[in-house]
Amino acid sequence: MVKEIERVGIPVVHMCTVVPISLTIGANRIIPAVGIPYPLGDPTLGEVESKKIRRNLVERALKALETPVSGQTVFED
Amino acid sequence: MSKRIVHYINQFFGGIGGEEKADVRPEMREGVVGPGASLAQALGEDYEIVATIICGDNYFGENIDEAVAEIMEMVKKYEPDVFVAGPAFNAGRYGVACGTIAKAVAEQLEIPVLTGMYEENPGADMFRKDMLVVATPNSAAGMRKVVPVFTTLIKKLANGEEILGPAEEGYLERGIRVNYFAEERASTRAIEQLLRKVKGEEYHTDYPMPVFDRVDPCGAVTDVSKIKIAIVTSGGIVPQGNPDHIESSSATRYGIYDITGMDTMSPEDFMTVHGGYDRQFVLQDPNLVIPLDVLREMEKEGRIGELANYFVTTTGTGTSTGNAKAFGEEFSKKLLADGVDAVILTST
Repeated sequence: MVKEIERVGIPVVHMCTVVPISLTIGANRIIPAVGIPYPLGDPTLGEVESKKIRRNLVERALKALETPVSGQTVFED
Repeated sequence: MSKRIVHYINQFFGGIGGEEKADVRPEMREGVVGPGASLAQALGEDYEIVATIICGDNYFGENIDEAVAEIMEMVKKYEPDVFVAGPAFNAGRYGVACGTIAKAVAEQLEIPVLTGMYEENPGADMFRKDMLVVATPNSAAGMRKVVPVFTTLIKKLANGEEILGPAEEGYLERGIRVNYFAEERASTRAIEQLLRKVKGEEYHTDYPMPVFDRVDPCGAVTDVSKIKIAIVTSGGIVPQGNPDHIESSSATRYGIYDITGMDTMSPEDFMTVHGGYDRQFVLQDPNLVIPLDVLREMEKEGRIGELANYFVTTTGTGTSTGNAKAFGEEFSKKLLADGVDAVILTST
Protein backbone atom coordinates (compact mmCIF):
# COMPACT_ATOMS: atom_id res chain seq x y z
CA MET A 1 0.00 0.00 0.00
CA VAL A 2 2.88 2.33 0.86
CA LYS A 3 4.37 1.94 -2.59
CA GLU A 4 1.10 2.47 -4.40
CA ILE A 5 0.49 5.71 -2.49
CA GLU A 6 3.98 6.95 -3.32
CA ARG A 7 3.61 5.81 -6.93
CA VAL A 8 0.77 8.29 -7.51
CA GLY A 9 2.99 11.05 -6.16
CA ILE A 10 1.77 11.40 -2.58
CA PRO A 11 4.62 11.37 -0.04
CA VAL A 12 3.99 8.80 2.68
CA VAL A 13 5.60 8.03 6.01
CA HIS A 14 5.37 4.48 7.35
CA MET A 15 5.08 4.21 11.14
CA CYS A 16 5.70 0.57 11.93
CA THR A 17 7.09 -1.75 14.56
CA VAL A 18 9.00 -4.27 12.48
CA VAL A 19 11.34 -2.05 10.47
CA PRO A 20 12.94 -4.90 8.47
CA ILE A 21 9.53 -5.73 6.99
CA SER A 22 8.98 -2.11 6.04
CA LEU A 23 12.40 -2.05 4.34
CA THR A 24 11.61 -5.24 2.45
CA ILE A 25 8.27 -4.02 1.13
CA GLY A 26 9.86 -0.76 -0.01
CA ALA A 27 8.74 2.11 2.23
CA ASN A 28 10.98 5.14 1.78
CA ARG A 29 10.30 7.15 4.96
CA ILE A 30 10.14 4.90 8.03
CA ILE A 31 9.50 5.79 11.67
CA PRO A 32 10.12 2.89 14.09
CA ALA A 33 7.09 2.62 16.38
CA VAL A 34 6.80 1.45 19.97
CA GLY A 35 5.49 -2.10 20.01
CA ILE A 36 3.39 -4.48 17.97
CA PRO A 37 0.24 -4.38 20.13
CA TYR A 38 0.62 -0.60 20.61
CA PRO A 39 2.60 1.09 17.83
CA LEU A 40 1.74 4.70 18.73
CA GLY A 41 1.95 5.07 22.49
CA ASP A 42 2.54 2.87 25.50
CA PRO A 43 -0.63 2.19 27.52
CA THR A 44 1.41 0.47 30.24
CA LEU A 45 2.69 3.93 31.24
CA GLY A 46 -0.80 5.40 31.61
CA GLU A 47 -2.94 7.47 29.26
CA VAL A 48 -1.14 10.79 29.63
CA GLU A 49 2.34 9.42 29.02
CA SER A 50 1.06 7.20 26.21
CA LYS A 51 -0.41 10.20 24.42
CA LYS A 52 2.83 12.16 24.88
CA ILE A 53 4.74 9.37 23.19
CA ARG A 54 2.19 9.36 20.38
CA ARG A 55 2.44 13.11 19.88
CA ASN A 56 6.21 12.84 19.75
CA LEU A 57 6.06 10.01 17.18
CA VAL A 58 3.60 11.91 14.96
CA GLU A 59 5.79 14.99 15.27
CA ARG A 60 8.71 12.93 14.00
CA ALA A 61 6.54 11.58 11.16
CA LEU A 62 5.75 15.16 10.09
CA LYS A 63 9.44 16.06 10.16
CA ALA A 64 10.18 12.96 8.05
CA LEU A 65 7.66 14.20 5.48
CA GLU A 66 9.48 17.54 5.42
CA THR A 67 12.87 15.85 4.94
CA PRO A 68 14.13 15.17 1.40
CA VAL A 69 15.35 11.56 1.01
CA SER A 70 17.06 9.88 -1.92
CA GLY A 71 16.24 6.31 -0.90
CA GLN A 72 14.89 4.23 1.95
CA THR A 73 15.48 6.11 5.19
CA VAL A 74 14.79 5.03 8.76
CA PHE A 75 14.31 8.05 11.00
CA GLU A 76 15.67 7.00 14.38
CA ASP A 77 15.02 9.36 17.29
CA MET B 1 25.55 -42.14 16.72
CA SER B 2 22.50 -40.36 15.44
CA LYS B 3 22.67 -36.86 13.93
CA ARG B 4 21.55 -34.08 16.25
CA ILE B 5 19.01 -31.41 15.34
CA VAL B 6 17.91 -28.32 17.26
CA HIS B 7 14.53 -26.94 16.25
CA TYR B 8 13.30 -23.33 16.63
CA ILE B 9 9.56 -22.56 16.74
CA ASN B 10 7.35 -19.69 17.94
CA GLN B 11 4.98 -19.52 20.89
CA PHE B 12 2.03 -20.58 18.78
CA PHE B 13 3.55 -23.76 17.38
CA GLY B 14 5.14 -24.36 20.78
CA GLY B 15 1.68 -24.60 22.29
CA ILE B 16 2.27 -21.72 24.71
CA GLY B 17 -0.43 -19.49 23.24
CA GLY B 18 -1.44 -17.08 20.51
CA GLU B 19 -0.87 -13.36 20.20
CA GLU B 20 -1.44 -12.79 23.92
CA LYS B 21 1.70 -14.86 24.55
CA ALA B 22 3.77 -13.39 21.71
CA ASP B 23 6.02 -11.60 24.17
CA VAL B 24 7.38 -14.72 25.89
CA ARG B 25 11.15 -14.95 26.15
CA PRO B 26 13.07 -17.84 24.61
CA GLU B 27 12.87 -21.13 26.44
CA MET B 28 14.39 -24.48 25.68
CA ARG B 29 12.79 -27.87 25.99
CA GLU B 30 14.43 -31.24 25.64
CA GLY B 31 13.31 -33.22 22.63
CA VAL B 32 10.45 -32.61 20.24
CA VAL B 33 7.65 -30.03 20.54
CA GLY B 34 4.78 -29.38 18.11
CA PRO B 35 5.66 -29.58 14.41
CA GLY B 36 8.98 -31.26 15.28
CA ALA B 37 7.06 -34.48 15.88
CA SER B 38 6.23 -35.02 12.23
CA LEU B 39 9.81 -34.16 11.23
CA ALA B 40 11.24 -36.58 13.80
CA GLN B 41 8.99 -39.35 12.63
CA ALA B 42 9.89 -38.86 8.99
CA LEU B 43 13.61 -38.55 9.73
CA GLY B 44 13.78 -41.94 11.37
CA GLU B 45 16.02 -43.21 14.12
CA ASP B 46 19.36 -42.04 12.73
CA TYR B 47 18.32 -38.44 13.46
CA GLU B 48 17.24 -36.92 16.72
CA ILE B 49 15.65 -33.56 17.52
CA VAL B 50 17.58 -33.09 20.75
CA ALA B 51 16.01 -29.79 21.76
CA THR B 52 13.30 -27.34 20.77
CA ILE B 53 13.67 -23.62 21.39
CA ILE B 54 10.45 -21.64 21.67
CA CYS B 55 10.29 -17.84 21.52
CA GLY B 56 7.44 -15.35 21.23
CA ASP B 57 7.36 -13.54 17.88
CA ASN B 58 6.92 -10.13 19.47
CA TYR B 59 9.70 -10.69 21.96
CA PHE B 60 11.99 -11.65 19.10
CA GLY B 61 10.91 -8.78 16.85
CA GLU B 62 11.20 -6.13 19.56
CA ASN B 63 14.44 -7.38 21.16
CA ILE B 64 16.33 -8.85 18.23
CA ASP B 65 19.85 -8.57 19.68
CA GLU B 66 18.95 -9.97 23.10
CA ALA B 67 16.80 -12.75 21.63
CA VAL B 68 19.54 -13.84 19.24
CA ALA B 69 22.14 -13.82 22.02
CA GLU B 70 19.95 -15.86 24.37
CA ILE B 71 19.04 -18.41 21.71
CA MET B 72 22.64 -18.76 20.51
CA GLU B 73 23.67 -19.81 24.03
CA MET B 74 20.96 -22.47 24.01
CA VAL B 75 21.91 -23.80 20.57
CA LYS B 76 25.63 -23.96 21.48
CA LYS B 77 24.98 -26.30 24.39
CA TYR B 78 23.51 -28.95 22.15
CA GLU B 79 26.16 -28.93 19.40
CA PRO B 80 23.66 -29.82 16.69
CA ASP B 81 24.56 -31.09 13.22
CA VAL B 82 21.67 -29.13 11.72
CA PHE B 83 19.58 -26.18 12.97
CA VAL B 84 15.99 -26.05 11.73
CA ALA B 85 13.69 -23.02 12.15
CA GLY B 86 9.95 -23.06 11.48
CA PRO B 87 8.49 -23.50 8.96
CA ALA B 88 6.81 -20.12 9.30
CA PHE B 89 4.38 -20.49 6.36
CA ASN B 90 2.90 -16.99 5.80
CA ALA B 91 3.43 -15.63 9.35
CA GLY B 92 5.52 -12.50 8.77
CA ARG B 93 7.07 -11.89 12.18
CA TYR B 94 7.71 -15.62 12.63
CA GLY B 95 9.36 -15.75 9.21
CA VAL B 96 11.64 -12.84 10.03
CA ALA B 97 12.52 -14.46 13.37
CA CYS B 98 13.30 -17.84 11.72
CA GLY B 99 15.52 -16.19 9.12
CA THR B 100 17.31 -13.96 11.62
CA ILE B 101 18.14 -16.71 14.09
CA ALA B 102 19.07 -19.24 11.39
CA LYS B 103 21.41 -16.72 9.77
CA ALA B 104 23.07 -16.02 13.12
CA VAL B 105 23.53 -19.73 13.83
CA ALA B 106 25.00 -20.32 10.37
CA GLU B 107 27.40 -17.40 10.62
CA GLN B 108 28.50 -17.61 14.23
CA LEU B 109 28.38 -21.35 14.91
CA GLU B 110 29.00 -22.54 11.34
CA ILE B 111 26.21 -25.09 11.58
CA PRO B 112 24.08 -25.85 8.50
CA VAL B 113 20.62 -24.29 8.82
CA LEU B 114 17.24 -24.78 7.19
CA THR B 115 13.96 -22.91 7.39
CA GLY B 116 10.73 -22.79 5.42
CA MET B 117 8.29 -20.06 4.37
CA TYR B 118 5.58 -19.16 1.93
CA GLU B 119 7.18 -17.18 -0.86
CA GLU B 120 5.23 -14.02 -0.01
CA ASN B 121 6.35 -14.09 3.63
CA PRO B 122 8.43 -10.90 4.09
CA GLY B 123 11.13 -13.09 5.63
CA ALA B 124 11.47 -15.00 2.36
CA ASP B 125 12.96 -12.13 0.38
CA MET B 126 15.04 -11.05 3.35
CA PHE B 127 16.78 -14.41 3.82
CA ARG B 128 16.49 -16.55 0.66
CA LYS B 129 19.96 -15.49 -0.40
CA ASP B 130 21.45 -16.43 2.96
CA MET B 131 20.12 -19.94 3.45
CA LEU B 132 17.90 -22.73 2.22
CA VAL B 133 14.29 -21.62 2.65
CA VAL B 134 11.89 -24.44 1.81
CA ALA B 135 8.99 -23.16 -0.27
CA THR B 136 5.87 -23.91 1.77
CA PRO B 137 2.13 -23.38 1.28
CA ASN B 138 0.72 -20.30 3.02
CA SER B 139 -0.69 -22.06 6.07
CA ALA B 140 0.21 -24.79 8.54
CA ALA B 141 -2.32 -27.02 6.80
CA GLY B 142 0.46 -27.61 4.28
CA MET B 143 2.86 -29.09 6.85
CA ARG B 144 2.37 -32.65 5.67
CA LYS B 145 3.30 -31.65 2.15
CA VAL B 146 6.61 -30.09 3.16
CA VAL B 147 7.79 -32.71 5.68
CA PRO B 148 9.45 -34.85 2.95
CA VAL B 149 11.18 -31.76 1.52
CA PHE B 150 12.51 -30.85 4.97
CA THR B 151 13.66 -34.37 5.79
CA THR B 152 15.55 -34.78 2.51
CA LEU B 153 17.34 -31.47 3.00
CA ILE B 154 18.03 -32.08 6.71
CA LYS B 155 19.66 -35.43 5.86
CA LYS B 156 21.73 -33.90 3.07
CA LEU B 157 22.87 -31.04 5.27
CA ALA B 158 23.71 -33.34 8.17
CA ASN B 159 25.83 -35.54 5.93
CA GLY B 160 27.36 -32.80 3.82
CA GLU B 161 25.78 -34.11 0.63
CA GLU B 162 25.29 -32.03 -2.50
CA ILE B 163 22.17 -29.86 -2.56
CA LEU B 164 20.64 -29.73 -6.04
CA GLY B 165 18.86 -26.73 -7.57
CA PRO B 166 15.79 -25.02 -6.09
CA ALA B 167 13.34 -26.68 -8.49
CA GLU B 168 14.68 -30.18 -7.72
CA GLU B 169 14.87 -29.76 -3.95
CA GLY B 170 11.85 -27.52 -3.33
CA TYR B 171 13.47 -24.43 -1.81
CA LEU B 172 13.28 -20.77 -2.81
CA GLU B 173 15.88 -19.57 -5.28
CA ARG B 174 19.00 -18.24 -3.62
CA GLY B 175 20.27 -16.38 -6.65
CA ILE B 176 23.25 -18.74 -6.93
CA ARG B 177 24.50 -19.85 -10.33
CA VAL B 178 26.03 -23.31 -10.61
CA ASN B 179 27.94 -24.29 -13.76
CA TYR B 180 27.01 -27.49 -15.52
CA PHE B 181 27.32 -28.96 -18.99
CA ALA B 182 24.03 -28.68 -20.85
CA GLU B 183 23.21 -31.19 -23.54
CA GLU B 184 22.29 -28.48 -26.03
CA ARG B 185 24.45 -25.47 -26.67
CA ALA B 186 23.18 -21.98 -25.82
CA SER B 187 22.15 -20.97 -29.35
CA THR B 188 20.02 -24.09 -29.73
CA ARG B 189 18.39 -23.57 -26.32
CA ALA B 190 17.70 -19.93 -27.15
CA ILE B 191 15.97 -20.80 -30.42
CA GLU B 192 13.93 -23.52 -28.73
CA GLN B 193 12.82 -21.12 -26.01
CA LEU B 194 11.99 -18.44 -28.53
CA LEU B 195 9.86 -20.86 -30.53
CA ARG B 196 8.03 -21.98 -27.40
CA LYS B 197 7.43 -18.36 -26.46
CA VAL B 198 6.10 -17.54 -29.93
CA LYS B 199 3.76 -20.53 -29.74
CA GLY B 200 2.53 -19.35 -26.35
CA GLU B 201 3.94 -22.43 -24.63
CA GLU B 202 5.63 -22.56 -21.25
CA TYR B 203 9.37 -21.89 -21.29
CA HIS B 204 12.04 -21.56 -18.64
CA THR B 205 14.66 -18.92 -19.11
CA ASP B 206 18.27 -19.86 -18.32
CA TYR B 207 18.76 -16.65 -16.43
CA PRO B 208 15.74 -15.04 -14.77
CA MET B 209 16.04 -11.29 -14.23
CA PRO B 210 15.68 -10.09 -10.64
CA VAL B 211 12.51 -8.20 -9.84
CA PHE B 212 13.01 -4.96 -7.91
CA ASP B 213 9.67 -3.38 -7.32
CA ARG B 214 10.77 -0.12 -5.84
CA VAL B 215 9.19 3.30 -6.01
CA ASP B 216 11.39 6.37 -5.83
CA PRO B 217 10.63 8.54 -2.82
CA CYS B 218 8.46 11.58 -3.42
CA GLY B 219 9.95 14.97 -2.75
CA ALA B 220 9.63 16.42 0.72
CA VAL B 221 6.65 18.46 1.84
CA THR B 222 7.79 22.07 2.28
CA ASP B 223 5.47 22.99 5.12
CA VAL B 224 3.12 20.54 6.84
CA SER B 225 1.10 23.43 8.27
CA LYS B 226 -0.27 24.06 4.81
CA ILE B 227 -1.16 20.55 3.69
CA LYS B 228 -3.91 17.98 3.94
CA ILE B 229 -2.93 14.71 5.57
CA ALA B 230 -4.76 11.38 5.48
CA ILE B 231 -4.30 8.34 7.71
CA VAL B 232 -4.04 4.83 6.30
CA THR B 233 -3.50 1.72 8.41
CA SER B 234 -2.95 -2.01 8.13
CA GLY B 235 -3.89 -2.37 11.81
CA GLY B 236 -7.44 -3.59 11.22
CA ILE B 237 -9.26 -0.63 12.80
CA VAL B 238 -12.97 -0.64 11.84
CA PRO B 239 -16.21 0.84 13.19
CA GLN B 240 -17.77 -1.25 15.97
CA GLY B 241 -19.49 -4.25 14.42
CA ASN B 242 -17.18 -4.27 11.37
CA PRO B 243 -19.93 -3.29 8.89
CA ASP B 244 -17.92 -4.22 5.79
CA HIS B 245 -16.75 -7.57 7.19
CA ILE B 246 -13.06 -6.90 6.74
CA GLU B 247 -11.27 -10.16 7.47
CA SER B 248 -9.15 -10.58 10.59
CA SER B 249 -6.37 -12.00 8.43
CA SER B 250 -5.67 -12.49 4.71
CA ALA B 251 -7.84 -9.48 3.88
CA THR B 252 -9.61 -9.26 0.55
CA ARG B 253 -11.18 -5.87 1.37
CA TYR B 254 -10.36 -2.49 2.84
CA GLY B 255 -12.60 0.19 4.29
CA ILE B 256 -12.84 3.97 4.28
CA TYR B 257 -14.47 5.39 7.41
CA ASP B 258 -15.61 8.84 8.37
CA ILE B 259 -14.04 10.76 11.26
CA THR B 260 -15.68 14.13 10.64
CA GLY B 261 -16.12 16.07 13.87
CA MET B 262 -14.34 13.47 16.01
CA ASP B 263 -11.51 14.55 18.31
CA THR B 264 -10.38 11.09 19.28
CA MET B 265 -10.79 7.45 18.29
CA SER B 266 -13.35 6.39 20.85
CA PRO B 267 -13.41 2.68 21.75
CA GLU B 268 -17.20 2.99 21.68
CA ASP B 269 -17.08 3.80 17.98
CA PHE B 270 -14.10 1.81 16.78
CA MET B 271 -12.47 -1.57 17.33
CA THR B 272 -9.82 -3.70 15.66
CA VAL B 273 -10.39 -7.01 13.91
CA HIS B 274 -6.69 -7.65 13.26
CA GLY B 275 -5.92 -11.31 13.99
CA GLY B 276 -2.16 -10.86 14.13
CA TYR B 277 -1.56 -9.12 17.45
CA ASP B 278 -2.91 -9.00 20.97
CA ARG B 279 -5.81 -6.56 20.62
CA GLN B 280 -6.45 -5.72 24.29
CA PHE B 281 -4.64 -2.35 24.24
CA VAL B 282 -6.01 -1.11 20.93
CA LEU B 283 -9.57 -2.15 21.81
CA GLN B 284 -9.28 0.22 24.79
CA ASP B 285 -7.57 2.99 22.84
CA PRO B 286 -7.73 2.86 19.02
CA ASN B 287 -5.63 6.07 18.95
CA LEU B 288 -2.67 3.70 19.41
CA VAL B 289 -3.08 2.82 15.74
CA ILE B 290 -4.98 5.81 14.29
CA PRO B 291 -3.44 8.83 16.08
CA LEU B 292 -6.58 10.94 15.63
CA ASP B 293 -6.35 12.58 19.05
CA VAL B 294 -2.95 14.16 18.46
CA LEU B 295 -3.57 14.94 14.78
CA ARG B 296 -6.76 16.83 15.73
CA GLU B 297 -4.81 18.80 18.29
CA MET B 298 -2.18 19.57 15.69
CA GLU B 299 -4.89 20.61 13.23
CA LYS B 300 -6.36 23.02 15.81
CA GLU B 301 -2.92 24.39 16.69
CA GLY B 302 -2.16 24.92 13.01
CA ARG B 303 0.76 22.46 13.17
CA ILE B 304 -0.82 20.67 10.21
CA GLY B 305 -3.05 22.25 7.61
CA GLU B 306 -5.94 19.84 7.53
CA LEU B 307 -6.78 16.23 8.34
CA ALA B 308 -8.76 14.30 5.75
CA ASN B 309 -12.20 13.49 7.14
CA TYR B 310 -11.75 9.74 6.81
CA PHE B 311 -9.19 7.01 7.28
CA VAL B 312 -8.41 4.04 5.07
CA THR B 313 -7.98 0.65 6.74
CA THR B 314 -7.39 -3.01 6.22
CA THR B 315 -5.84 -5.96 8.04
CA GLY B 316 -2.18 -6.49 7.20
CA THR B 317 -1.62 -9.96 8.61
CA GLY B 318 -1.49 -12.75 6.05
CA THR B 319 -2.78 -10.40 3.36
CA SER B 320 -1.22 -11.17 0.01
CA THR B 321 1.00 -8.53 -1.52
CA GLY B 322 -1.20 -8.77 -4.60
CA ASN B 323 -4.29 -7.73 -2.63
CA ALA B 324 -2.44 -5.00 -0.74
CA LYS B 325 -1.17 -3.57 -4.02
CA ALA B 326 -4.67 -3.60 -5.51
CA PHE B 327 -6.10 -1.83 -2.43
CA GLY B 328 -3.36 0.79 -2.65
CA GLU B 329 -3.88 1.39 -6.35
CA GLU B 330 -7.58 1.89 -5.81
CA PHE B 331 -7.69 4.13 -2.73
CA SER B 332 -4.72 6.23 -3.86
CA LYS B 333 -6.90 7.52 -6.69
CA LYS B 334 -9.41 8.71 -4.11
CA LEU B 335 -6.66 10.31 -2.02
CA LEU B 336 -5.48 12.19 -5.10
CA ALA B 337 -9.00 13.23 -6.05
CA ASP B 338 -9.60 14.51 -2.52
CA GLY B 339 -6.49 16.65 -2.61
CA VAL B 340 -4.53 14.72 0.01
CA ASP B 341 -0.93 15.98 0.05
CA ALA B 342 0.68 13.42 2.35
CA VAL B 343 -0.15 10.14 4.11
CA ILE B 344 0.74 8.70 7.48
CA LEU B 345 0.51 4.91 7.22
CA THR B 346 0.57 2.97 10.47
CA SER B 347 1.29 -0.76 10.86
CA THR B 348 1.11 -2.98 13.89
